Amino acid sequence: MSDEQTDMGSGTGGAGTTGSGKDAGTPITVFLVDDHGLFRAGVRAELDRGVPDVEVVGEAGSVDEAVAAIRHLTPDVVLLDVHMPDGGGAEVLRKVRPEAPGVVFLALSVSDAAEDVIAVIRAGARGYVTKTISGRDLADAVRRVHGGDAVFSPRLAGFVLDVFSDRPGAAPPGDPELDLLTRRERDVLRLLARGYAYKEIAGELFISVKTVETHVSSVLRKTQLSNRYELSRWASDRRLV
Amino acid sequence: MPRGRPACDHGGVSQPAATSGAPGAARPGTPAAGVPEPPVPTRGPLERRRSGRLVAGVAGGVADHLGIGVLWVRAAFVVLAAINGAGVVGYALLWMFVRQESADTERTVPRRERQQAMGLVALGLGIGLVAALLGNAVIGWIVGPLGVAALGAAVVWREADESQRRRWAAGARSGVAGAAGGGRTALIRVVAGALFVALGIAVFLIGNINLGQVQFGLLAVIATIVGIGVLTVPWWLRLARDLGEERRQRIIEAERAEIAAHLHDSVLQTLALIQRQADEPREVTRLARGQERELRHWLYGPQGYGRGSSGGGVKAPALDEGLAESLTKAAAEVEDTYALTVSPVLVGADRPLDADLRALVLAAREAMVNAAKHSGVDEISVYVEIEPDEVNVFVRDRGKGFDPDDVPADRHGVAGSIKARMARHGGRVRLRSTPGEGTEVHLAMTITEASTEGTGAPVPVRTADTAERAPQDPGRETVDADGSDDRQEVQS
Repeated sequence: MSDEQTDMGSGTGGAGTTGSGKDAGTPITVFLVDDHGLFRAGVRAELDRGVPDVEVVGEAGSVDEAVAAIRHLTPDVVLLDVHMPDGGGAEVLRKVRPEAPGVVFLALSVSDAAEDVIAVIRAGARGYVTKTISGRDLADAVRRVHGGDAVFSPRLAGFVLDVFSDRPGAAPPGDPELDLLTRRERDVLRLLARGYAYKEIAGELFISVKTVETHVSSVLRKTQLSNRYELSRWASDRRLV
Repeated sequence: MPRGRPACDHGGVSQPAATSGAPGAARPGTPAAGVPEPPVPTRGPLERRRSGRLVAGVAGGVADHLGIGVLWVRAAFVVLAAINGAGVVGYALLWMFVRQESADTERTVPRRERQQAMGLVALGLGIGLVAALLGNAVIGWIVGPLGVAALGAAVVWREADESQRRRWAAGARSGVAGAAGGGRTALIRVVAGALFVALGIAVFLIGNINLGQVQFGLLAVIATIVGIGVLTVPWWLRLARDLGEERRQRIIEAERAEIAAHLHDSVLQTLALIQRQADEPREVTRLARGQERELRHWLYGPQGYGRGSSGGGVKAPALDEGLAESLTKAAAEVEDTYALTVSPVLVGADRPLDADLRALVLAAREAMVNAAKHSGVDEISVYVEIEPDEVNVFVRDRGKGFDPDDVPADRHGVAGSIKARMARHGGRVRLRSTPGEGTEVHLAMTITEASTEGTGAPVPVRTADTAERAPQDPGRETVDADGSDDRQEVQS
């Protein structure tokens, strides 16, 4: 992924750990997209109050507003609600991503439904967290996607494991490169689903945090590009609504 | 609910306001919607055009549906008309059975196209008639008077289309009164059309049949009935459509009522409770979390509201009281009792409970209770992996953990009871805890062939695999309670 290379210098070093925020020079600019004003205010307060290296530069309550503002402000990270009128987060991604390749998107939603999670990931989000996440964890996730990593909630990890599992009767993979997970990737996902942080996963599997990040990024890429049946179906289900 | 799934179910609600806003116009792929870049190449249903039409909007509708130019469709009808008038008949049938689009979409028809179309219509009718006349003298003779009748019917039908359009514009006045309304010109047109029909049928009858008085009377009655039938076709069709539309409205209404009732019963009640208990954070968390879980289940659960009829994710429809359901329920109970968050993540296809799996659920519940009581954190991760031959459950907290050398008596007791329970059913327990970092309980249960429809060879106990999956750390205590296999005497 190209964002990874371009953003390499800014935060990969500190991002793998539990967000110590080493590069306190310029704060990460964050843009909020959510149609619930109350929720936007809450997130903004939380990020402004306790997190010095993350700065909320703007917010929008609709797809059109968001598209215009993101083009104008080009923030580092966009926190994106999945469910909105006029097409939701996936629509914002489709409209903005081609023009602003440097902006990374982190989906933030109350929904736990696989269709929602997978659709927004396949539209190009670098991660998915639920709205009940604590302010500290959210800031951590923001740093992580800004650093070029992927952020998988345990539930997203579960979905992906489910999709890539080889059930009896499943169609044979069309492109093994994209449609199968390696054993290591599977191990990492399993630990993510068990609630392990990257550092803990690294310790558990005797690999470096960097390697864990590589595995997770590779899983993200496969989730976005693979043509496995459920993935494409979930994504298209959402598009048609 | 201002957003989310229910709103998306009835089309058009969440569409951009830029289009004309009515359901028909907002369907993706219909060029009439005016959206410059239709995201999905699906076609709208076949609908007759309401504006920019010459006769009944059939050709335009077909063109919209197929995504080709109107001119081609018109030309095709003309060519077909040469084949014994098939084009004319086809046009008439489409006119009768394809409904009009429900909204007025602005279409500007250039003068040239209009003239072209008029020419094509005249050409089509002419070709049809000439072909019929040339092809078969008898058909030609019939086509004459019946053609007059058809023309009359067309006039009346067109008037019906017009009145429906007025009705759409004026709101939902129903019944024939509303359909027939429209002033003097409309009346004149309808009467003229009816006269045409009557005349056509009469000429046809007189010209064709020479009969006695009684038979002629009988035929006149039949002819009248046929004439009325032909004239009222549009109203009959509309009646049927309106009934369908009304039923749809009723269904939507019922659905709305159900949502409102549900929100009232659950969400509003809980919000009231939360306000009353505002000074007790623990209680508020418990209530909010319980409500969230309930609502989620209602929306996205296996039989949930948001699932609809299309069916949800990968998992088969949940078994009535399957493993997944029981584990989720156990987690919910622990959540409720100890006012913390337990978020189970389930992977794999659900399976029915048997004695072994029931023991596994109970053990997992105990592990969750244990973590809730002793860890001192407000979140517990539960991961369940259901494989064809094995089920693994991980219960993990990031709490204070404990030192294996300094185990409090009660904690040891609970751990012991989990182990004993699992051991009785041939399962395994792995307990890891590090002071300051938390505790993880791993429960594994091999599925015996008694519950997997007798696949032959006994399933090997996968201790090695499990050990590989969770490598031991020297700093952590590991307790293995490998089951005394008291279930070896399974019958195939």
